[in-house]
Amino acid sequence: MTRVGPEPIVLEDALRAVEDPSCGGIAVFLGVVRNRHEGKRVTKIHYDAYPEMANAVLARIEAGLRRTHGAKAVYLAHRTGLHRVGDASVVVAVATPHRGEAFAACREGIERIKSELPVWKKEYGPGGAVWKEEVALRKPARRTSRRPAARSRRT
Amino acid sequence: MKIRILFFASVADAARSRQLDLEVEPGTSVGGLRKRLERERPGLAGRLGKCAAAVNQAVAGPETVLSEEDEVAFLPPVSGGAR
Repeated sequence: MTRVGPEPIVLEDALRAVEDPSCGGIAVFLGVVRNRHEGKRVTKIHYDAYPEMANAVLARIEAGLRRTHGAKAVYLAHRTGLHRVGDASVVVAVATPHRGEAFAACREGIERIKSELPVWKKEYGPGGAVWKEEVALRKPARRTSRRPAARSRRT
Repeated sequence: MKIRILFFASVADAARSRQLDLEVEPGTSVGGLRKRLERERPGLAGRLGKCAAAVNQAVAGPETVLSEEDEVAFLPPVSGGAR
């Protein structure tokens, strides 16, 4: 399940969304607004988003976590709009049969969100406000099988 | 033909707008559109080069040729964040 919008992040919603009786592990990452960035005080953050595309990107990330880590249930959400220090802006929750895959899937989920999601942050501090625009968004790598045909036919 | 253009973050601030409907010639590419916007809209000069472009919500290269009613979004770099 994925969500991008102004509604607050609710941890219980994430946990409920990944309930799965076949899973023995749930890992959750919650991203919250910090009071400093590179030594400068941060008072609030505004998140802008391209919601339709962001939801499609989250769905792609969810599919990747299911495929790569065997995640049985995934909840990915990013909040938009104005956040105060301590407010949650992003949550990744994954349920897997065992704990190893849960941690790995959760880590991959947040790293991909940070580099692929069309969501931008504007940091406010005593010196004014600045957009943090540092990592170029790229076309996702194609998921073609790199296994040679001859090898895949070998029995 | 008519297309829709979307701006976000610093580029939306510079354009003083988030959305623009524009008439373009058939055969216009993403790269051609980028050049035209930078030339015609003073606030955007030098700002679109650092952006990725998405056509109908999929990242698209400068050679991509636009079609009627396409939605073209200029996507500034994202924060990435320290690990």
